[in-house]
Amino acid sequence: MSMQQDASTPPAVEMRGISKAFDGVVVLNEVDFEVAAGEVHALAGGNGAGKSTLMKILQGVYTKDSGTIRIDGRDVSFSSIHDAKAAGIGMVFQEFSLVPSLTVAQNIFLTHEPLGTGGLIRDAEARARARDVFGQMEVDVDPGATVADLGTAYWQLTEIAKAMAQDARVLIMDEPTASLAKHEADQLFELVARLKARGISVIYISHRMDEVYRIADRITILRDGGRLLTERLSDVTPEEIVEGIVGRQIEGLTYQEPADTDRRDVLLEARGLTSGSRVRDVSFSLHTGEIIGLAGLMGSGRTELARCLFGIDPLDAGQILVHGKEVDLSDPRAAIQAGIALIPEDRRAQGLVLDHSVRTNLLLPLLGRIRRGPLLDDRAGRALADSLIERFAVKVANPGRPVRLLSGGNQQKVVIAKWLGTDPDVLIMDEPTAGVDIGTKTEILTMIRGLAREGKGVIVISSEYAELLAVSDRVLVLRDGTLHRELARRDVTDEESLQLAVQGVGS
Amino acid sequence: MTNTSTAPTRRGAGAVAARPSRLAGLDWRRYVIYIGFVVVFLFFAVLLGDEGFLSANNLLNILRQTATISVIAVGMTYVIACAEIDLSVGSVAGLASVVTAMALSHWGLVPGIVAGLAVGLLVGSINGGLVAGLGIPSFLVTLGMLGIAVGVAQWITASAPQPILSYAYNLVFGSGNLGPIPGLVVWMVIVVSVGAVVLAKTRFGRQVLATGGNRTAAEFTGINTKRIKFQVLLLSSTVAALAGMLYAGRLQSGRFQWGAGDELSAIAAVILGGTSLFGGSGSVIGTLFGALLISLINNGLILAGLDASQQQVVRGAIIILAVALARKK
Repeated sequence: MSMQQDASTPPAVEMRGISKAFDGVVVLNEVDFEVAAGEVHALAGGNGAGKSTLMKILQGVYTKDSGTIRIDGRDVSFSSIHDAKAAGIGMVFQEFSLVPSLTVAQNIFLTHEPLGTGGLIRDAEARARARDVFGQMEVDVDPGATVADLGTAYWQLTEIAKAMAQDARVLIMDEPTASLAKHEADQLFELVARLKARGISVIYISHRMDEVYRIADRITILRDGGRLLTERLSDVTPEEIVEGIVGRQIEGLTYQEPADTDRRDVLLEARGLTSGSRVRDVSFSLHTGEIIGLAGLMGSGRTELARCLFGIDPLDAGQILVHGKEVDLSDPRAAIQAGIALIPEDRRAQGLVLDHSVRTNLLLPLLGRIRRGPLLDDRAGRALADSLIERFAVKVANPGRPVRLLSGGNQQKVVIAKWLGTDPDVLIMDEPTAGVDIGTKTEILTMIRGLAREGKGVIVISSEYAELLAVSDRVLVLRDGTLHRELARRDVTDEESLQLAVQGVGS
Repeated sequence: MTNTSTAPTRRGAGAVAARPSRLAGLDWRRYVIYIGFVVVFLFFAVLLGDEGFLSANNLLNILRQTATISVIAVGMTYVIACAEIDLSVGSVAGLASVVTAMALSHWGLVPGIVAGLAVGLLVGSINGGLVAGLGIPSFLVTLGMLGIAVGVAQWITASAPQPILSYAYNLVFGSGNLGPIPGLVVWMVIVVSVGAVVLAKTRFGRQVLATGGNRTAAEFTGINTKRIKFQVLLLSSTVAALAGMLYAGRLQSGRFQWGAGDELSAIAAVILGGTSLFGGSGSVIGTLFGALLISLINNGLILAGLDASQQQVVRGAIIILAVALARKK
């Protein structure tokens, strides 16, 4: 670890006494945060701890109420994103900021294209310079390719190159591996190591402990708008970090044997499901009170299988039986009718109408239940929404305010509450804890176990093996669209053995 | 508006976190149209009081002039809230007026009314079918239909006006009065009231807003978004046909020109009224006031003695100003 922090090199980022309040509510209170040159610094904290506000101040999105910021020892004052960029702060967005219809090079040089005579853009030069940047990063991306044609991993590399092309000295990465497969994540970690060797600092926001330990030098944990600790990772244990984030010991991540394993009825049966090229001849059955984990790499057909079961993608072959009766799931309405609910992968794009209120979102699948004659009964709607908010412990000051104002974890709770309000028998959850903090994650996992105890069947899709192992009674491993292996929980000893199964190693 | 009136007490443990003062959270931008309406009204009342602006006759006149546009704009509110557009409404009104007039003179009162509404249902089904079924953008479908409808109206009448001699028809559709209130205004009140309640208070209305706000999420929630898109375009054409029949009743004839250009006035009224151009939110009452504001401006500028070209400039500037003020940050 080459972290030089002697008196001669000032920290790349030095934030002192940063405070920020919105509408009189203090979000950050006198926070100190510093990142050395060439350091990978992890930033962690629960919902509302203030991480994203702190980072938005560093990017010039928000202005601080008080405190000082120094970049490479110089006092700076950001009033816009441009100021921050000019000072060398680069951001790799979690939801990418690329224009899909443009090429990689066009995206990298968007708004600062190399110009020739007469103000015309010199595309060849842009491509050449983009190639240089990728060369420095030691990755192979074609600058002339259209972004829409590339996979997510390449989008991310393009994002990073975009920041590099603007001479970023500090890169902020927010959950960068959320949409990457294992080997893509490995490539990203190697890239981070190379950036570090070039003296570039990385602020790494992640909820995944293994990643943090693998690449970060130090970690800062925020809690309730203040700094809880900054430590070298060699001096702190994962348990201490988790406890620091959550503020209490958690047992949520340990598997709990279900109460009674016999006397279970088959709830849902899939026979030879085939759809397109991503789901091929998949058969399995789900019992009452059972939680099945679906594991597999990106592109293994996990999400596509969920889409088939919810009637979004049509079946080319195969049957789906619910309570022993065959059902024709030609669209989501038919699936809902059959008692199936899907908590989709992307809550912002697929789960919520972001500009509508929390209440309106919660009631959307339940409108039939609050009708009085042809009209909707507002009072019944409020009562129903309030009861869901209370039952699922959604933290919201005013359910009439837009759902986009909630934190990621609370948005996810709204999506779950919305669906559980319909009282489905079968619940499919695609990445239910993606991008939520560990406290909320524990709550969600506890909720899943509770649902199974009530007799519901749950299918959980997750890229996080710890999470799968924490709740699944059985794990189905998908590979290239086929059911590769089926593992009983007791046969999986630890995360590694599951990982090996997913990677297709061993028998 | 104080803190005491609306804070529910039964929310319990879930309700913690930030609680800014309710007054600060009050978004005045949502009320720009009402504020604008009052300001412009007072402005003209003071400036043009002597010109007879405040006379009952003039005020009824403003309402009467607003009626057909606001009927069309109610349908347009649904279409825009659903993140679609309907450019064919003006020509559908013209086509419905001539079809009604011709059917009336050939077959009598009831067939005439049925034929007029059938125009709206037919055109709406074609628009809706192409948009929802084949996935062609509504902008293109209805732009084409704008030409087709007005062309058909011109063709079947050889561009000649079609007089309506049915006293009963003219009385009900626009020329008559209900006590002191013009029949046109009664129609407007009915269409706006039904439109406002259906959008805000029924399952259909909620599904229109959800489809416009996030179609994928709506589809995943089990809403048949294709059907919703079909229905809003059907609704829009049908109320446009009704507006055409009102033109025919008020002017006692059907002509292909009736309604020409109304699509732009209707869109302006909808946007002025606070409906999002990108879908997901909409207010029929806002739309009514948007339409009223436009009529108010027209009326005031005429009374002030501006000529037609100057009126257009001032009207355009006021619309841009109002939308700019209502813009979300």
